[in-house]
Amino acid sequence: MLEIQSLLGGFLVVLTWKNLAFMFVGILLGVIIGVLPGLGAANGVAILLPLTFSLAQQPGGTTTAIILLSCIYWGALFGGAITSILFNIPGEPWSVATTFDGFPLAQKGRAGAALTAAFTSSFFGALVGVLIITFLSPVIAQFALEFGAPEFFSVYLLTFCAFIGMSKEPPFKTLASMMTGFALAAVGTDPVTGTLRLTFGTERLLTGFDFLVAVIGLFGIGEILLTLEEGLEFKGASARIDMKVVLTTWKELPRYWATSLRSAAVGCFMGIVPGGATPASFMSYGIARRFSRTGDKFGTGEVEAVVAPETAAHAAGTSALLPMITLGVPGSPTAAVLLGGLLIWGLQPGPLLFVEQKDFVWGLIASMYLGNIAGLVVVLTCVPLFAAIMRIPFAVIAPIIVFICAIGAYTVNNALFDVWMMVVFGVAGYMFKKLSYPLAPMVLALVLGHAAESSFRQAMLFSQGHIAVFFSNGLVGTLTGLALLLLLWPLVSLVISRVRSAR
Amino acid sequence: MAEEGERAAFSVRTAELIVAAAFFLLGAIVIYGSVRLGAKWDANGPQPGYFPFYVGLIICISSMINFARGLRIRGERNTSFVSTGALRQVLSVLVPTAVFAALVGWLGIYVSGTLFIGLFMRWLGKYAWWKVALIAVGTSVAFFFIFEVWFLVPLPKGPLEALLHLD
Repeated sequence: MLEIQSLLGGFLVVLTWKNLAFMFVGILLGVIIGVLPGLGAANGVAILLPLTFSLAQQPGGTTTAIILLSCIYWGALFGGAITSILFNIPGEPWSVATTFDGFPLAQKGRAGAALTAAFTSSFFGALVGVLIITFLSPVIAQFALEFGAPEFFSVYLLTFCAFIGMSKEPPFKTLASMMTGFALAAVGTDPVTGTLRLTFGTERLLTGFDFLVAVIGLFGIGEILLTLEEGLEFKGASARIDMKVVLTTWKELPRYWATSLRSAAVGCFMGIVPGGATPASFMSYGIARRFSRTGDKFGTGEVEAVVAPETAAHAAGTSALLPMITLGVPGSPTAAVLLGGLLIWGLQPGPLLFVEQKDFVWGLIASMYLGNIAGLVVVLTCVPLFAAIMRIPFAVIAPIIVFICAIGAYTVNNALFDVWMMVVFGVAGYMFKKLSYPLAPMVLALVLGHAAESSFRQAMLFSQGHIAVFFSNGLVGTLTGLALLLLLWPLVSLVISRVRSAR
Repeated sequence: MAEEGERAAFSVRTAELIVAAAFFLLGAIVIYGSVRLGAKWDANGPQPGYFPFYVGLIICISSMINFARGLRIRGERNTSFVSTGALRQVLSVLVPTAVFAALVGWLGIYVSGTLFIGLFMRWLGKYAWWKVALIAVGTSVAFFFIFEVWFLVPLPKGPLEALLHLD
């Protein structure tokens, strides 16, 4: 078992005091970020990314840096559940489904049980995701070493078509938002010929739009504006978790093994195919309701109904890193930001990572195991602390968060223009969210724009402009075919439902 | 009669149409820029504007469809996009944020951040002045130490830092 050997090597890389310290710092920061309105995993990682630059310069520093950032991600995944259950406010979009039964449970005085169930099933989901990454990613990376430009473009195509086929938002809104991401990515220097384009003579646009600034604006400022509409105060249930509640809940949980496994499977699938954690959590909530014996009681406060979305969200959030490290195609906005981090540190994400940066990759994978264990311990013990953070009045916390966002936007390129762009993206994020234009495809397009365009143009050069190159062999043909199927899926499902209702 | 502050500032339909029009404009700008660069093929393969041209085209087409769908929102479904009360709430944060962003270049990030936090707390939170001063100044000083001293990340500074020889 080569994977086990590599994984043990990874543990050796991770198990230093420095790495473990950064792991706990990351988890703590992540949970706080997940709890605070306006700071989410994606923009939290984006804000801290510029700070890791000096860290990554030291020997072995890239591993420490990725441990810090990925643990922020795990922490935020855990943190989302706290606000959902105690305050009925989803700290993160993937915890929306957790509020359905988590908050009623808290109102019944069973907040401790709901939180324990949420954290434990999050942990289980993440564990399944990491196991899949451990054993599947070397295989995929090996396979992808043979990829040429057409194969890579078809993978990108599949990624983006999956957004159109799988998202709940109207397909043309998804398309408009995604293409805007590509358009913004195209501003600046042409990746192939090096000519300037779409700058319209403005010096400020020479470097193009940085996706980190977009993430901070769209998710940070936009989220704060949205939260404000709800009013300035949060009222929530109080919670303490003691060992007794944890143990009784743990005794109850094995009963839901079928739900857990189903949700983990849904989550992993949706994470790898870039559907993302949010649809995964809704989907597995729906599936659990259909299959559960107490399905009709869902929504009134069922522990099983907390287990399902949390398992799926964490499984999806974790396995979203699989395509990122093996193919360089992130499955979620946060994975996209992490990918941006790799690029900034001078690592080329993709199949070669498994050959050239063995220590880094296996260190990252090993840290996923440890980080999630650390996360479970931290959240189970520190819930009152995190709930107290939620009680800080919004009039105090909101300007501080805006301040942090501004610092984050500035440090990306040391440019004041980026701080102004952050405000513009914030307004856009607010409008888009309210009109259900999805933000994730825009961010992913902004990150992958250059790579997608380069692979497309290389493939076209190679084939002298014949589009047939994307069907030239079995692999590329299958990928392109799947992509087109997903692209047309909204149309197909519309036809199916019309036919059904006609009967 | 609707309650004070509950009246719709503008409807979902208006918002949909404005956003769709904004997307169309963006697409049109991209198309214009790409055509100027050359969006065809030459001896070296696709020209720099080739890819953005189609991107712009798709933006324009999908925004037209979104616009048409927006036009069809009528009657019951044309709910309030944002009520006047909520809009006032949102603007009360957005306007200070924009002013803050504009002031950073002039006063530096620490001074404008202190003012921003302070005025925000005073106006929206109605806190006592001493609390306002404590939190606003405390946050900026903490950030100064975190960024300038620990992480050695220089942030924009203004006249005050120059006076104190901190830059």
